[in-house]
Amino acid sequence: MSDTPAIEFVGVHKEFQSHGETVHAVRTLDLAIGQGEFFSLLGPSGCGKTTTMRMIAGFEDPSAGTVFLDGKDVTGVAPNKRDVNMVFQSYALFPHMSVFQNVSFGLERRKVAKAEITRRVGEIIEIVSLTGMEKRAPREMSGGQQQRVALARALVNRPRALLLDEPLGALDLKLRQQMQVELKRIQREVGITFVYVTHDQGEALTMSDRIAVMQGGRIDQLGTPREIYEKPATRFVAGFIGTSNLLEGEVRSIDDGIATLSSAPGDCVLVPVPGSVAVGDKLEISVRPEKIELERGTEAPSDCSVVAGTVSEVVYHGTSTNYAVTTAAGPEFTVFDQNAANADDLAVRGDKVFLYWNAQHSYPIGV
Amino acid sequence: MSRLRRNLAPYLLVLPGGLWLLLFFAVPMITMLSLSLQQGDIVNGYAFTGHWQTYVDAIGNYRTQLFRSLLYGAIATIALIVLAFPVAYWIAFYGGRRKATYLFLLLLPFFVSFVLRTISWRQILTDEGPVLGPLKDIGLLGDSFHVLGTPFAVIAGLVYNFLPFMVLPVYVALERIDPRVIEAARDLYADPATAFRKVILPLALPGVFAGVLMTFVPASSDYVNSAVLGSSSTTMIGQVIQAQYLATADYPTASALSFVLMAVLLIGVFTYARALGTEDVMKVAAR
Ligand SMILES: Nc1ncnc2c1ncn2[C@@H]1O[C@H](COP(=O)(O)OP(=O)(O)OP(=O)(O)O)[C@@H](O)[C@H]1O
Ligand SMILES: [Mg+2]
Repeated sequence: MSDTPAIEFVGVHKEFQSHGETVHAVRTLDLAIGQGEFFSLLGPSGCGKTTTMRMIAGFEDPSAGTVFLDGKDVTGVAPNKRDVNMVFQSYALFPHMSVFQNVSFGLERRKVAKAEITRRVGEIIEIVSLTGMEKRAPREMSGGQQQRVALARALVNRPRALLLDEPLGALDLKLRQQMQVELKRIQREVGITFVYVTHDQGEALTMSDRIAVMQGGRIDQLGTPREIYEKPATRFVAGFIGTSNLLEGEVRSIDDGIATLSSAPGDCVLVPVPGSVAVGDKLEISVRPEKIELERGTEAPSDCSVVAGTVSEVVYHGTSTNYAVTTAAGPEFTVFDQNAANADDLAVRGDKVFLYWNAQHSYPIGV
Repeated sequence: MSRLRRNLAPYLLVLPGGLWLLLFFAVPMITMLSLSLQQGDIVNGYAFTGHWQTYVDAIGNYRTQLFRSLLYGAIATIALIVLAFPVAYWIAFYGGRRKATYLFLLLLPFFVSFVLRTISWRQILTDEGPVLGPLKDIGLLGDSFHVLGTPFAVIAGLVYNFLPFMVLPVYVALERIDPRVIEAARDLYADPATAFRKVILPLALPGVFAGVLMTFVPASSDYVNSAVLGSSSTTMIGQVIQAQYLATADYPTASALSFVLMAVLLIGVFTYARALGTEDVMKVAAR
């Protein structure tokens, strides 16, 4: 039982007809989400996140393929017969009902005893810190409060899976962080599967067990937050999650699993590669900005990748300073420097600098 | 200066409307009230005598028609809700991009004059007309069967003539419902019927409420439908008032009846609004 995925997509495709045009919202999606997993869908606007959710909830039927919930084929099963609940992007609260009535709606449909309803609603309202607002109508509440009602309304039913479509979008930073912790705690305690959509990569990275990065209706990469961040499978993922410095080059030589790429004269770019890569292959590598050191003028250590450049922008961020550096290699580099030891900036606009990083911090994309 | 102007502005803005009301509502009302308390006849003229007995007599003589009008108005209104709701529902939820077209088609017949439309109904429903004629010819209906002159014909006429006034407000209310809210109900284990009862219906009620106000009042005081489609046994109070003014020239009785009708409708509407204020309607339905 426990190794049956909570949610499974097999060859799912979804298209819409819109003004005589076919929109492919989701393309050949194969995906298995485990029991009790915190699973995030991440991607730019219009990439098919909501559509994917709606197929789990039962609001849309796949144009092709099959959706399984707990191993059961639910294609064509009505939403009210699925043990999953959705927190809508737009809240979708019942405007004519009080907070209490909104939250108790699902329990009442399931004919839960009155006393039990009162108890469970009270409990969940406390968790989302709305105690005392039970009698309010949704229009008498702030956006953040409404969002918490939407959350409570779904959570109170303790479904097998909870679908959350940007549930924290309208909250301010502090409340957002509080709710992130709260959500994570609830998810751990009740052990239900969370499918989570967010635009906030930080949120996805900190909360998820696994993340699927989507683009144009497809999953570009599926993995743990660490894998997604450290080992982006595509150029798109590298650029979408955090900031990446992308470099292209031809493999000149391979020594002990470390390849040397062609580069501008004086520069040296090293990257660890698997055995499948051979001399002469074209490679694209990604280097995260916080892994790069910046040094003015002097010669850089020889075991590092080194690129020479000129500082074109310095932006102070409080905890770090960001540098934009133009290089002979082509791309403009972004470098984050933690403001830990040095309160002063390392360089100013126009300075000639060397960028260097450990070979292990280069990551070859898509090999 | 500017302060003065700011203080005066609201009153200046309300002036045209206020004057309009005074001229075309308050003045005729007062004239009519005074008329209802006068005595005399058309030849020798009328004089104000404060004769309240006119009211007592008018109610006594025409209570059948008054009661009938309210009954027909109520039946027509209920029939209108039953007919208009599905139409409005269908246009709002299944109209797609053609909603405006459907609404226009619905309104199209109403570009023709009210009286002409009612008269053409008469042509359609007449004993040997295009509907009853063939049915009688093939023997499905007896030769003596007729529709015109029956309460059914009058009420059907009322329903037909006031249909848009029910469809439009209900449509507007339904159209305003966020489809996600209905989906949320389905997501929270409501089957389609429950979602309709618990979410769609309560959210549509303000529209129905407005529709009832917009149809019950004019339907109850209508005189064209019963005049054109009815008979002496379906006479409505509007007809009586019209006859008293134009045929009998008994202005005091006509005015008194108008006031009685107005009072009854106002009381009815207020009671209705009180009992079913939109806010409360929705709370009841949500339970
Ligand atoms: N009912 C529909 N009819 C036509 N096209 C649709 C429909 N629903 C979604 N689409 C299209 O499908 C694509 C995916 O939409 P979806 O709502 O899943 O995006 P999303 O990833 O949730 O975006 P966002 O982050 O902006 O919420 C979009 O191009 C959208 O325009
Ligand atoms: Mg979306």
